[in-house]
Amino acid sequence: MPVSATPPAFVRRWWPWILIVAATLILPVILPPFRLNLLGRFLSLGIVALGVDLIWGYTGLLSLGQGIFFALGGYALGMHLSLNSLEPGQLPEFFGLYGVNSLPAFWQPFSSPLFTLVAIWVIPALVAGILGFLVFRNRIKGVYFSILTQAALLVFFNFFNGQQKLINGTNGLKTDTAKVFGELVGSDAMQRNLFWLTVLLVIAAFLLCRWLTSGRFGDALVAIRDDEPRMRFTGYNPTAYKTLVFTVAGALAGISGALYTVQSGIISPQFMAVPFSIEMVIWVAVGGRGTLLGAVLGAVLINYAKSLISEQLPETWLFVQGALFLLVVTALPDGLVGWWRQGGPGQILAMFGWPPRSATYPGLDLDPSMLAEREALEGPSSPDSGTGGGR
Amino acid sequence: MTALFDTLFNGLAIGSVLMLAALGLAVVFGLMGVINMAHGELMMLGAYTTFVVQNLLKSGPLEVLFPIYILISIPIAFLVSGLVGLLLEKTVIRRLYGRPLETLLATWGVSLILQQFVRSVSTAFFLALLAAVALGLLAPRFTPAAWWRQRWTPLLKAGSWIVALVVGIGLGSLLGEQRALQQPWFSARNIDVTAPEWLRGSIDLGGVTMPTARLFILALTALALVGVNWFLQKSAWGIRIRAVTQNRSMSSCLGIPTETVDALTFFVGSGLAGIAGVAVSLLGSVGPNLGGNYIVLAFMVVVLGGLGKLWGTVVAAFVLGILDYVIGSGSLLLLWPSMPAALNGVISFFATTSMAKVLVFVLIMVFLQFRPAGMFPQKGRMVEA
Amino acid sequence: MHPSAIRKPSLRLIGGATALATSLSLVACGGGGGGPTATGGADATGGNFDGEVKVGILHSRSGTMAISENTVAEAELMAIDEINKAGGVAIDGKKLKIVPIEEDGASDWPTFAEKSKKLIDQDKVAVVFGGWTSASRKAMLPVYESKDAFLYYPIQYEGQECSKNIFYTGATPNQQAEPAVEWLLKNKGKDFFLVGSDYVYPRTANTIMKEQLKAQGGKLVGEDYLPLGNTEVAPIIAKIKQALPNGGVIVNTLNGDSNVAFFKQMKAAGITPANGYAIMSFSIAEEEIAAIGPEYLEGTYAAWNFFQSLDTPASKKFTADFKAKYGDKRVTNDPAEAAYTMVYLWKLGAEKANSVDDNKVREAMVGVSFDAPQGKVTVQPNHHIEKLVLIGEVQKDGMFKILENKGFVKPVAWNQFVPETKGYTCDHTQKRPDAGKFKL
Repeated sequence: MPVSATPPAFVRRWWPWILIVAATLILPVILPPFRLNLLGRFLSLGIVALGVDLIWGYTGLLSLGQGIFFALGGYALGMHLSLNSLEPGQLPEFFGLYGVNSLPAFWQPFSSPLFTLVAIWVIPALVAGILGFLVFRNRIKGVYFSILTQAALLVFFNFFNGQQKLINGTNGLKTDTAKVFGELVGSDAMQRNLFWLTVLLVIAAFLLCRWLTSGRFGDALVAIRDDEPRMRFTGYNPTAYKTLVFTVAGALAGISGALYTVQSGIISPQFMAVPFSIEMVIWVAVGGRGTLLGAVLGAVLINYAKSLISEQLPETWLFVQGALFLLVVTALPDGLVGWWRQGGPGQILAMFGWPPRSATYPGLDLDPSMLAEREALEGPSSPDSGTGGGR
Repeated sequence: MTALFDTLFNGLAIGSVLMLAALGLAVVFGLMGVINMAHGELMMLGAYTTFVVQNLLKSGPLEVLFPIYILISIPIAFLVSGLVGLLLEKTVIRRLYGRPLETLLATWGVSLILQQFVRSVSTAFFLALLAAVALGLLAPRFTPAAWWRQRWTPLLKAGSWIVALVVGIGLGSLLGEQRALQQPWFSARNIDVTAPEWLRGSIDLGGVTMPTARLFILALTALALVGVNWFLQKSAWGIRIRAVTQNRSMSSCLGIPTETVDALTFFVGSGLAGIAGVAVSLLGSVGPNLGGNYIVLAFMVVVLGGLGKLWGTVVAAFVLGILDYVIGSGSLLLLWPSMPAALNGVISFFATTSMAKVLVFVLIMVFLQFRPAGMFPQKGRMVEA
Repeated sequence: MHPSAIRKPSLRLIGGATALATSLSLVACGGGGGGPTATGGADATGGNFDGEVKVGILHSRSGTMAISENTVAEAELMAIDEINKAGGVAIDGKKLKIVPIEEDGASDWPTFAEKSKKLIDQDKVAVVFGGWTSASRKAMLPVYESKDAFLYYPIQYEGQECSKNIFYTGATPNQQAEPAVEWLLKNKGKDFFLVGSDYVYPRTANTIMKEQLKAQGGKLVGEDYLPLGNTEVAPIIAKIKQALPNGGVIVNTLNGDSNVAFFKQMKAAGITPANGYAIMSFSIAEEEIAAIGPEYLEGTYAAWNFFQSLDTPASKKFTADFKAKYGDKRVTNDPAEAAYTMVYLWKLGAEKANSVDDNKVREAMVGVSFDAPQGKVTVQPNHHIEKLVLIGEVQKDGMFKILENKGFVKPVAWNQFVPETKGYTCDHTQKRPDAGKFKL
């Protein structure tokens, strides 16, 4: 956006960050515990959205199976929390319902907190890596990739649903009544700490994604999205890039799932249901694909809206959600952040005859032929070329 | 031997349902490359049509037709679902050709709206919707034409729709005061489609019990298949559809109205979903969630068969049907009693309905590893496989 | 850059039309459902109250379970409405109006937990009435235990649970499943096939029934579970036919949509009462019969604690009131009756405690009696209630013919057939940390 004298350069460059930091400092004070807890949960969903943005927004791979990795992370933590507050020799309560008398072997390592902390992101990353490698090696892409990931999602969903004796089936695992450092996980104090942890991890994930998407690696991803065969013909190996980015997205989903689980108090196969994974995509689409800030923003905004609307008028939520899908796809293909960066607000002002501030001369700046020429020179504004937002 | 026939029949029966559900998709996805996630909801509309037809014929002057109401519903369901599909194509999908992933998301949105629509729709709701749409469409007529050539016209458009919306809500709540008008047509509850007497029994043939409803669906599937095949291979419009599928710009140059062809293809594909809806109403519950139970498997069938190959879809549907039955019912154990203990253990582990699903999807994924383009891939020399 | 990015964003027809549909549904909800009507009715007598007490109502109003849970929520709202019309809850000589706050569990267990937190923390409700599936109750349980709040749960369930923060007005297995199995063993045969949905209630109920069969001389010939919402039952039917070629007993604990597919396809496959199959369902009530079609269910059995056809003045009044409020075509059923009853029990408990405070009501509740539509029920020390045990047969008109009335039976939370819980009991009147589960 063009120069204007008033705010110092520091503020202009960092204002989204300043806002975010200010908000995270103020909100825990002013929000009641329930709303704060919601915000924390939605922020943790922002992490999985960042992963979706990496693979879809930047690399063009529409995965409808991110729920797998999300739930795997959640289950890893859920298993640990079911074990850690037990007396020696005691089993999690639900095993008794199905007549299981000894802890299944794959549960054993989860009693170690260290193992669990690693497993939360390594297990989803491994699963994603293996799945991704097999799929990408065979050059399955586009819609086929989407459908294949959905099939994988159903495999995991049905498996977790059907195995009561191993992981309590549909019921899932509870975390609220477990104790960490002598404190109930469901208590307000603990949940506030988890909120801070979530904020920190969202920022870390954001920085990681930004690091990945800037520079050569990011360029390679965009190249895959825009013309994969050409990339391959120039001697790059798209499979490696795609597998790597899919693995990273899987790890992010795992972390997100663990944070979400511990803040909502339950992990169940519902998190692997088909609609939830599609919703993740729509968060990114609404926020703006190919813009990392948009992914987080979309996840928080949509979920907050969902929670509010379903409190007031539960019947309406599906209409709103459906309308959002349609609107974003047809009218706002780059989402809110994309619209903002392409000068959307300015366009609206311009409709009222309020000319946008111009870099050169208004006559020159708004001249259609100049616009076309500039577009041809610079290419249509890419996510990076915008001036607002989190850069 | 009986066990083998029994397996075959039940597998075919399950497969035929998949086949019907996938047939419309095979047309829409296979020929146009459009991912229609609302396909399941179009099936649901077909099932609801069956319900309405059943209730209209239950009593009143046309009561004599009641025993064959299911036959009458077939063409009506085809039309209803087809027309809704047509509307969908004209308003949404048309803008998204060539962007399959966006289409997927948009049609998923449509599916949510359709689901909630059948739950919420009441006379008041319907009238208000009509009024609002009419107002929104007619707004340009009532206002000076000059307004619609301004820079702020897009805002005016949005604004006029918002006004239409507010008027709709107002009208709706006004009408909603009337108890008769606010009664939902279907509500969120499942509705009761009762098969006519002759479709509720079964026939015994060589020790195999064949439910007549299943036989009916098999026959319906065969008929639909023959019909679609004839339409695509022999009729003038079918040939145009195939021409457009193969080379859109060349077809356009030769004077084929490609837009009409697109609309027609979508109409036929959606109509087939309606027929599938009639069929499944004989077997299971009819409710707003009906579509979700079929959509994913139907996609698997189409992908597994290979795009654009009707024949592939048929084979894939029946293979999946038989697999599902054989694994889920554990009938392998019966067919082969002397199997090694280890194998036996594996099979009985998967011989529950939940685990059969897991195995079927795993098999699909493994298969696609080796044949990414399905059983009968389209041959071509494109870079993009 | 994406090709899509180049396209000019424009608000067009679809956008408008869908946004339209969106807001139109506001109309639908404003008009439909029982919520607004219920509170509207209460307002008519407003003005005489000295205050308000908020209660939460948490059922699935959307999704698969909405079919069943709508009725339960409506019955609760009806009870609240009646109480308000009769002057509300009398505490300390003050008349308090009950204000229901409705939330949607959306057939999704985690959502039940989330909305519970909202009701307790945000709305500060005195009590929550809610839940249907055991999975939803299990998801809510830790929330109520960690916040020491109180949930009233109206559905028949599998037992093996006795939380001090939950109050159960549905049947435990010894008030529904066990007497039903006994009756089947005595009258219908020894070979049992168990079919259920794949979640905790059917799994646990079947575990109990298997132990009971072992103890009472029955024989289990097979079992299978359908994922919730699954509608392809051909493989299960094949298994039933293999296991019971010449008839036998089938116990059905399917929930929701699968029932429709199950009965339609069973009938087509010839597994019918006429061919010697006795089918007993634990989740089929009058409401479900209407949705499936009585043609498919005629001659099958169900065990409940209340039937609409129960011939007592209280039962008839309940049904008549329900129809007057929600429409002539509606039917009442066991869960609706239990839901209606529990609202009254809470009111009586609060009045006895002379407070709406959770912990005081909890202590006062035990021993409270109410003349419910099924008869006089009394709250037991284990937070369950005595229930009338009935076995009925589905008739052509979708109603039940009562075949056997076993009278009132006391609830047993920890099952005595299952070895893991044999000998355990639950008594929340005792001051001991393990009051929820201890060995006698």
